Amino acid sequence: MSYVVSSRNATFGSRAARIGMYAFLVASAIFFLLPLLLVVINSLKPMEEIRQGNLLALPINPNFDAWVAAWQSACSGLDCGGVRPGLWNSIKITVPAVVISTLTGALNGYALAQWKSKHANLIMLLVTVGLFIPYQAMLYPTVKILSTVGMFRSYVGIVFVHVVYGLPYTTLLFRNFYIGVPDEISRAARMEGATFLRTFWSIILPISTNVLVVVGILQFTGIWNDYLLGLIFAGNDSMPMTVQLTNIVNNSRGAAFPNVNMAAALITAIPTLLVYFLSGRYFVRGIAAGAVKG
Amino acid sequence: MTRWLQRQVYRPDIAVAVFFAMVAVFFYGSIFWTFFMSLTRSTLMPDYQPIGFDQYIKLFTNHRWLVSCLNMVIFGVLYIVGTLAFGMLLAVFADRRIAAESLFRTIFLYPLAVSLIVTGLSWRWVLEPVNGLQALVRQTGWESFTFDWLTNPDRAIYTLVMASIWHSAGLVMVIVLAGLRGIDNDLWKAIRMEGIPLWRAYLQVIFPGMRPIIASCVVLLMSEVIRGYDLIIAMTKGGPGISTEMPAKFAVDYYFARVNLGLASAASIMMLVLSLVLLAPYFYTEFRRRT
Repeated sequence: MSYVVSSRNATFGSRAARIGMYAFLVASAIFFLLPLLLVVINSLKPMEEIRQGNLLALPINPNFDAWVAAWQSACSGLDCGGVRPGLWNSIKITVPAVVISTLTGALNGYALAQWKSKHANLIMLLVTVGLFIPYQAMLYPTVKILSTVGMFRSYVGIVFVHVVYGLPYTTLLFRNFYIGVPDEISRAARMEGATFLRTFWSIILPISTNVLVVVGILQFTGIWNDYLLGLIFAGNDSMPMTVQLTNIVNNSRGAAFPNVNMAAALITAIPTLLVYFLSGRYFVRGIAAGAVKG
Repeated sequence: MTRWLQRQVYRPDIAVAVFFAMVAVFFYGSIFWTFFMSLTRSTLMPDYQPIGFDQYIKLFTNHRWLVSCLNMVIFGVLYIVGTLAFGMLLAVFADRRIAAESLFRTIFLYPLAVSLIVTGLSWRWVLEPVNGLQALVRQTGWESFTFDWLTNPDRAIYTLVMASIWHSAGLVMVIVLAGLRGIDNDLWKAIRMEGIPLWRAYLQVIFPGMRPIIASCVVLLMSEVIRGYDLIIAMTKGGPGISTEMPAKFAVDYYFARVNLGLASAASIMMLVLSLVLLAPYFYTEFRRRT
């Protein structure tokens, strides 16, 4: 009976099983690390070494030339300014979109948690279904609405789309949190004569810092990594980094520079990776909260 | 009237109303608009003269669309089964008190922070026959080694499956691990008393008890499948030929590059219907559970 559990945290009984498990875990770790590791290694190689075609070989003369080129002189179409403008655009889009969608999500989530109606469940269902509507079924009308008010293919337009499309998601996350906050807090505030907005701003928001961080991180990752909405709704001068990266990689003019493309891809990935590594706990909590709704 | 307004200042109703209005216009309103356009002959410009369900007939006699749907089914089944199996296995192992657990977890989860664009490009570079793995193995002396799945129309879709499993296995691991950690110690005690082997305990007792959690993983993965666009763009652009085309890309292509609004709308509505049909059982049980 050596492979029988002895308690919930028991190890596998047999030594062989334990070794097999670690072998599997290490192999999995290699599988997860390999693609990005190869990209990092090759982005540090000069072109002569890339042409030798050995992906796994460590760079003989490691340098950041490809990174510099990716940053300031890689070409997408006629424009040869590297990913720098894209990075700046992505920051300009992501920061306000994250702040606005997180705060409005918190306000809406609090309002919904306070809102008592016998149809609340049905309406929450409609909002939840909204999370799963494919963007394709909403894209064209949004394009028409935004062109009517002159916001299509503009900086304001792309921020607006991120906020609106993210609204059901952020609202639900906050609502699920605020449902668990005792009603007495809000009631006491109202007794003191505080308005709804005032209660939200001075009492509810300060006790929500954890969930604000969690939702903020989720929104940051989602919006920074977005490609489709940026492709359609951003103007030429507000194109986010993901779109610019694909333009650089697919640029058919002139010779291909895989090392430069790889460096450009890494620069694009660094901000969200940084957030992930610096905020691991919150990131994980956000995933769990976002996945197990209700 | 003024009394009513004064009272509103203390109530959540206005915020709720604005939120519902936004959802109603941009989500449900857009769906109806898209549905209406799918009933018209719109091409470059919208044409609001309904002609019935012709676009749907055109759609389902369109070879490219049928291939897209078939690809989505192949991709979806392999991706969901593969990600669940891999993610659950990782979760089980991570729950067995392993050394360096948080290091392993960090490694398994980081792809989730990487965009699908960068994921697709990285895998494309690794799998490219000329410079990638194939060239690497050939250099070691095995001249006839072939691994050209990325450029082989019969195999390219499996490279998409591999890259997306890479991207989401950590997600399933985290969710399932959270569920495993919540399992009652008494249950484990009972399992031990019964002398049930570990693998059977997981398959017959633990995982069946976690059905809602696993169901929400499946729901998440399914919506990823139906929405799948970025990864295809970065990795195969639908090729070689049309061997990795999928509905999400079909719709976007017909909206913007091939300017056929009617057909694109019909395709989008079919994507929506598919999502709703697949999600209905989940929502039905969730809704029942809550009321």
